[in-house]
Order: sequence, then C-alpha cells, then structure tokens
Amino acid sequence: MTRKEVFNGVQDIFRDIFDEDDMVIEDKTNSDDVEEWDSLNHINLVSAIEKEFKIKFALVELMTLKDVGAMVDLMMEKLK
Amino acid sequence: MDINIKEIMIALQYPLDVKSILRKKKSIKKILLKNKRLIKKNILILGGSSTFEIKNILELFLLNNGIKPSFYESEYNKFYEDALFGWEKLNRFKPDIIYIHTTNLNITNFPGIGDDENHINSLIELELEKYNSIWSALSKYDCTIIQNNFDYPYYRILGNLDGYDIHGHTYFINKLNLKFAKYAREINNLYINDINYLSSYIGLKDWFSPSLWCQAKYALSMSSIPELAFNISKIINAIFGNTKKCLALDLDNTCWGGTIGDDGLGGISIGTETALSEAYSTFQQYVKELNNRGVTLAVCSKNDFNNAKEGFEHPDSILKFNDFTSFQANWKDKPHNIVEIANEINIGIDSLVFIDDNPVERDIVSSQIPSVSVPDVGSDVVDFIRHIDRNGYFEPVSLSDDDINRSQYYEDNKKRANEQVTFQSYDEFLVSLDMTAEIKSFSSIYLDRITQLINKTNQFNLTTKRYTAGEIENISTSDEHIKIYGKLTDKYGDNGLITVSIGSIKKRQCHIDLWLMSCRVLKRDMEFAMLDELVRLCTEKGVSKIVGYYYKSTKNNMVSNLYEKFGFILSETNSEGTIWKLDISNYENKNKFIGINND
Repeated sequence: MTRKEVFNGVQDIFRDIFDEDDMVIEDKTNSDDVEEWDSLNHINLVSAIEKEFKIKFALVELMTLKDVGAMVDLMMEKLK
Repeated sequence: MDINIKEIMIALQYPLDVKSILRKKKSIKKILLKNKRLIKKNILILGGSSTFEIKNILELFLLNNGIKPSFYESEYNKFYEDALFGWEKLNRFKPDIIYIHTTNLNITNFPGIGDDENHINSLIELELEKYNSIWSALSKYDCTIIQNNFDYPYYRILGNLDGYDIHGHTYFINKLNLKFAKYAREINNLYINDINYLSSYIGLKDWFSPSLWCQAKYALSMSSIPELAFNISKIINAIFGNTKKCLALDLDNTCWGGTIGDDGLGGISIGTETALSEAYSTFQQYVKELNNRGVTLAVCSKNDFNNAKEGFEHPDSILKFNDFTSFQANWKDKPHNIVEIANEINIGIDSLVFIDDNPVERDIVSSQIPSVSVPDVGSDVVDFIRHIDRNGYFEPVSLSDDDINRSQYYEDNKKRANEQVTFQSYDEFLVSLDMTAEIKSFSSIYLDRITQLINKTNQFNLTTKRYTAGEIENISTSDEHIKIYGKLTDKYGDNGLITVSIGSIKKRQCHIDLWLMSCRVLKRDMEFAMLDELVRLCTEKGVSKIVGYYYKSTKNNMVSNLYEKFGFILSETNSEGTIWKLDISNYENKNKFIGINND
C-alpha cells in the first residue's frame, strides 16, 4: 500500500466517524482542528483504523501521536 | 459510503456487522430516525466504567426496534452515588428503564489470600449490599432495572484453582452471580443482563481489551460493545412485549434432509444414522424445546399435504404433526401461506419468524412481507439454531403459566375464519428473479443427469415412467422422439438441469411419454417455457396435435391439472388417469418471465 492509499483510507474513516462525506484532512490536521475530535472519538478513530487495516497500536505509540501525518507514518511502519 | 435501510437491518441482526455499526453509527442513526412511528423512552445509564459508546450503539438497536431513547448517563463510575443521591436530577428525568453497567472491575471486596471462610462470606454480603441498596433506592422510580451480572476477569491468579478455591476470584464471581439470580427472581422489575454468558460466547480474550481499559476505561473491547448493546436491546424488547410468538418452518432440507415427496419416508435424513440426520435431529430438538416453553410452531412448505404430514411420522422425528398449530403444506406461494398462518393462529404478521434453507423463498417472503423476520440462515442445518437463538426473537422475561399454555391457546384459535389473501405481485417477483433458461434436445454430456432426474422425481411427474441409461441414450439419437431438457438460472445462481420432456411421434401426433420437473423450481413458469419449445419442435416436424397423459401415483397429485393449465382438452378419463389433447395450429407462446438463451 502506498502512503497515499493509506492516507485516503484514514480519511474515509474520519468521514464515517464524524459523518461528514466531504471532510478533508491533511498531514498536519490534529484534534484542535476538528471540533468533535475529543478523547472519546479519538478512541473510536483508532479502533476503526485498527480494524480496517488489521493492525494494532501499542499504548506507548498512541501516547506520542501529534497529528494525522504522524499516525499515517506509524501505520506505514506497521504495514511494511 | 452510504448505508441503506436494508443493510442497516442486516447489520443489526446476528451475525452483527460490528465494523459497520461502529464506523457508520452516525449515518445509521440519521436513517433510523426517519421512522415517524417511534415510541419515546427515557433510559438512565449508571456506569461503573465508560458508557459513552455503549449509549451510542444501544441507541441504534432501540431505534431499529421502534424505540426512541433519551439518555441520561451517570458521571464516570458514579453509578452508586447517582443511584443513591441523585434524586433531584433523576426525578426530573423520569426514567422508564435504568441500565446498570457494572463488571468484575467494579468488585471492590475480593478476598485476600489469608482470609478465612467466614470473612469471605461477609465480603460477598458486603458486595451484594452495595447493589441491594442501589436497587432499593431506584425502586421509587417504579421502572425497569436492567443489571449486568459479572463477567470473569481476564487473568486468574490461582490458575484453575481460581474456580474452586474459596479465595479465587472466579469462584467469588460465581457466588455473586448466583445471588444476583436469586434477587432477580424475587424483585419485580429487576432483570439480569447476562454478560457472564455473553463474554463466554464472545470469548474472554476478545471481550476485554486491556489497552482500551487503560486508554479510556471501557470495561469491554470496542468490538464487544455492539454485542452488549444487542443483548440489552433483546431484554428491552421482551419487556415491551416485542418478541416473536411463532416459528414457521419449511420442511424439505429444513426439518429433515432430502425431499419427502421424492425420497419418501425412508429416504429423508433424520435420526442418528448419519452426520446429516444427527444435525436435523439437533435442530428438531431445539425447536421442540422452544415449543415446550410456549413458542407456537407452524409449517410453511411447498409440498403435498399428505407427504408433508408423513414426514413427521418418521420414527426418529422429534417433532410430531400435532406440535404444529398451523400446517400450511400446499403449492401456493409462501407469502400467501405466511399470512394464512398468522390468520389461523390469530397473531400479527410481525410475530412470525420464518426459517427456510432456500434463499429464493426467504427473499420472496421478506420482500413481500417485510414485517416477518426472515434470518439469513444459509442452507446448512448446523447454522439454523444460532440464527434463531442469537437474534433473541423469543427472549422471555419470565416464565408464566400463560407462556407455557400459550401454544394451546393458539391451537384453539385455529378454527377462526380466515380471510382469503391473494398477492397481486407474484408476477413482479418473477420478473425480479431475472431468469434465463436453456432448453435443448438431449446431448451426451447431460445423459447421466437426465437419467438420474427421471428416476428420482416423483411429484412433478406426469407419468412416473422410468428409463434406463441405455434407453435414454437410444432416445437421444432417435428421430421419432422429441426429447428436451431445461436448465434454469436466476439472480441467485444456477439451478442446473431441472426438467425433462420426452414425446414420441406417431402419425403427426406427439405423445408425451414423460414430463417432469424438479420441485426446486416450482412456480417459476419453467413448465410454460418447456411447452413453448416442445410445440416449436413439433411444428418443425409437421406435428399438428399433442397428446398428454397423466398417470395417477401416490405422489403426483400436484400435476393432475397441469394439462388443463396448459390449455389441453380432456379427451379420456380411465382408471389410470386422464388423457389430454392440444391442437397446436394456433398455439401462442405462454412463457412471459424467462429469457431463453440457447447459444
């Protein structure tokens, strides 16, 4: 999978979870940019990503993520 | 990306589409809210751990069942304080249902390794006291209380000993759960949400996620949340009396293996002889137990009535003819019979669950009568029980004398006058099947299948004439015979070679020696497509008249009027049956629904 494909998959999940079909995210998007992106929805996002891409994040990895780009980079590592 | 109402209904029944539920919950909710006939209920959730997502998902299941919930959640892990001291807020909220979501992680009085038996017993009482005071404090709201029992912890300090040593946590939990059960039997309006069973069913390793607990204090994994919500919704359904009352069953390959009309009593699979007959016996046993506790049974089958009845006379059949309150075995279409069943036992159509191994039959029933529950049970009998059981169609909240006697009650109502119902849309259904047939003269690759079909078909068989493989081979190359087979494909797949006709030509007349069809494709108009092709071939050969024979057997009553339906004129009735004639000079094609593809 290319980074672009992974990124688009993540964007689809954002669109579903926040129920906004035309939502556009970027590498630097973080929870400050999306009103509804609170800690509870964060859990839902991470869990949906784990299911969709069949990967698992370690707790320590989740502590360090600062934006969407960092998340996708971490996913690329795991999907190698 | 959008999800439609049909997909939602499928996602929210067993097997749950957990992924879609979790991801698309917002758009699912929007669609379900379009239903204008929702009943409002106030639901208070008292959580011993996070309940945010439980509330969101429970909302979907309730909306799907016609209930529009307003929720009030306790502060995180304030279930005890809110229950005992949250009077003012709760008085204003006026809950209809209170759900107490506690788990093994809320047990605060587990025994220590040095504790003696007396002390451990007092710890159990101490733990119970907490819940008892919650339940009695809540009793003033005069509403339904749904209380989790306890799941097992995901580790055992004492290993297997944990289950039987008095210091073991799993042992402690078992004791608590038995006490909870006792209270629930005694306290009106207290219902147990059995997460002990649910977590076992899911498997503890999937039920609980240590990571999610640390991150967000959810006492169960994200993918278990829909299962939990589904389970709660079954209890709420039962409390509001929304459960089903009657299980309607197909017969062939549903109650037994094989086709009773063709295979006969000795040929069907039921009993303990083979793996398959074991599986059908297990299913019958399950159905019998449902019946014993008050679920009404019905038969909805395309079969000759007497053949169908005979199936239950099999010595190994656990179900008996008298167990069925309504017995619709005939050649009418199934939606019609489902309505007949509901009328005969005088229940709403939406109180029926219909089980059939045939996807086409399931589809016609669920598309014509959407209020009937038609689980997608597949065609393997070993899966049937799970679909009925996990969907909680017949979930009882208690066992009253009434439940146990209900079956008899419906039996009595059976004699009520029934309204005759006819569906105008059967034609539409046939169109929707998108059928294509191949109808050709015998060719060598199909001779084995043709011989086999000829020798095992009993019901849709005008003459029940049997042929050897050699005879069929001779006929296949004979100029004095018209010999055609038909294969039928529809949107569900290929039905294979399912019909055969053989006519012998003498003096410009074609005598139909054999006409048969598999019951798999009854009521699809395939016989008309076959007749059209037969007439075409007759005309090619200069034949002007077709002579049809119906020889009565014990199994073929269903086709006694076939030639009449074809427009033949009765020319003779004798002890063997009837003889029919058709002048084909002005014949008009009769098939309207099946495309012919002979390429």
